[in-house]
Amino acid sequence: MDLNLLKRRGRDEWHIAPRGKMLVPGVIYATEDLIHDMDEKVYEQVTNVAMLPGIVQASYAMPDAHWGYGFPIGGVAAFDPDLGGVISAGGVGFDISCGVRLLRTGLTAEDIQPVKELLAEALFHRIPAGVGSTGKVHLDRHEMDAMLTGGAKWAVGKGYGAHEDLEFIEEHGCMAGAKPENVSDHAKKRQQDEMGTLGSGNHYLEVQRVTQVFDTEAASVFGVRESDIVVSIHCGSRGLGHQIGTEFLKSMVTSAARHHIDLPDRELACAPINSEVGQEYLGAMRAGINCALANRQIVTHLVREVFADILRQATLSLLYDVSHNTCKVEEHDINGTPTRLFVHRKGATRAFGPGHPDIPPSLRAVGQPVLIGGTMGTASYVLVGTKESMSLAYGSACHGAGRSMSRHHALRQWHGRDVVKELAARGILIRSPSMRGVAEEAPGAYKDVSEVVDAADDAKLARKVARLEPLVCVKG
Amino acid sequence: MASRLLNSIRGPSMTQPPRVESMQGSWEHFPHEADIGVRGIGPTKEAAFEGAGLALTAVITDLDAVAPAQAVSIACEAPDEELLLVDWLNALVYEMATRKMLFSRFAVRFNGHSLHATAWGEPIEIARHQPAVEVKGATYTELSVKQDEQGRWIAQCVVDV
Repeated sequence: MDLNLLKRRGRDEWHIAPRGKMLVPGVIYATEDLIHDMDEKVYEQVTNVAMLPGIVQASYAMPDAHWGYGFPIGGVAAFDPDLGGVISAGGVGFDISCGVRLLRTGLTAEDIQPVKELLAEALFHRIPAGVGSTGKVHLDRHEMDAMLTGGAKWAVGKGYGAHEDLEFIEEHGCMAGAKPENVSDHAKKRQQDEMGTLGSGNHYLEVQRVTQVFDTEAASVFGVRESDIVVSIHCGSRGLGHQIGTEFLKSMVTSAARHHIDLPDRELACAPINSEVGQEYLGAMRAGINCALANRQIVTHLVREVFADILRQATLSLLYDVSHNTCKVEEHDINGTPTRLFVHRKGATRAFGPGHPDIPPSLRAVGQPVLIGGTMGTASYVLVGTKESMSLAYGSACHGAGRSMSRHHALRQWHGRDVVKELAARGILIRSPSMRGVAEEAPGAYKDVSEVVDAADDAKLARKVARLEPLVCVKG
Repeated sequence: MASRLLNSIRGPSMTQPPRVESMQGSWEHFPHEADIGVRGIGPTKEAAFEGAGLALTAVITDLDAVAPAQAVSIACEAPDEELLLVDWLNALVYEMATRKMLFSRFAVRFNGHSLHATAWGEPIEIARHQPAVEVKGATYTELSVKQDEQGRWIAQCVVDV
């Protein structure tokens, strides 16, 4: 991105002054190097989002921002319903409530080493991953609606996990206001065999080792120490979420003119929050959030079964579960007035600071855990929300490394088997049904996650707590 | 934008020589930072849509590995031809997801704003097809259906994977 397009307001804060139809400025949080490498499309998309009705304060982009659909991936924007604010299916994305959850295991690297191969094989066989994979949980119409209303709470009620898990999931594991009746039969049909599956693309399940602790106080509250073994699960609302996104993008595009919305890009498809389409989407999208929460809960249960078989002494407790493709109603301070806003985070993680009532009581004093996924060959990070973050971008942070290379280029550059071999030599076991998929997801095709995390830390969006490195990775 | 299109990659060059099939049109992929663009090219709009279908399957697997053994009927309708392309690709995504199939041959015909098609394919076999990634949906990004200066129809958009 051309730095001359931006005005620097701090070491990691860059502004785009309002021009043309922009209602608010654009703000990008990133280091100079990251900005330099960012696609010009991020600039265009941040600018376009700033034109949407009812947007408040600014159109934000996180340090991992890259070219998305309508919204940049790594985009954050909030809309005020009382100012004609909109809700955007494009601003949430296809994979509604895609997210990451982190489980402590009570194990150390020494416990894992003798059974690493066995564990990798067992996880690969027990947790369905990849294109066309199906889960063992099949829902009839009644159960589907119950799942869409209850989320992870429904899953726990069905025996997948423990009640204690719910406290450590955003919305206590159940997104209120879900309307299963707003979810089409097509979306439900797409989901009927996909509960408890990882999916494909950048989704994964990893056994990781804590290799560095940056903030001992927060790490202690989160219950992680150096050399601990943890498990990360990255997946979303599967076919149901994708279908909801697909259908509402179309209905929002075709109803935009009726709502007198001039879309700068059709992918920004949106509708006034206080409109029929807006409310319908809200109910369906919330059902999609519940689907993702239930899905991660079922996968968690499967992971626990595997560990119980192989490492009986393991106790897998949930550290936290974050979603990074959502629109949520939150209260934020706007010019000294608490204001109810519809906050869109597209490829961005909620990162509430210390004391926020939505953080579980046992973690509240330090802030919300922020889980940042890396690649199968690099690292992931645990961060914590900061006080400053609440006023920087509604308590939001980055969500991952972000690609630096297209899938095609990755496929030309690497062979899946070589990637697996190379990582195995470094002690990282990869299991995947597709070697082409592994090549497309090669670590080298992503930006340096550490640089992105350092930028988030430096900009005070979130503070680094711990670094996690993969030992086993099941790739979809 | 122009540089991105010039930078496009002929899909078949990945694994095989370029293929031009007069009945179905040809296809190619074009890059998107996080995802991938699908493009169908043909002498008719029908052929371009069929080519886009081929490009969609090629995102997931090697087209040559998919036998056109079973036929599935598809119909969709949209207010304009660009939205119709998105609907067509999304209908294929839906059929692939719910039937657990992959498709390698298409016949498309238009009737005003509606599309009727047959897609031929086979049930997915993970070991043989090595599917790289599932497509979540077709997007409006880089979406266009148009004729170029040589009169060829081009139908394209980015798909989310």
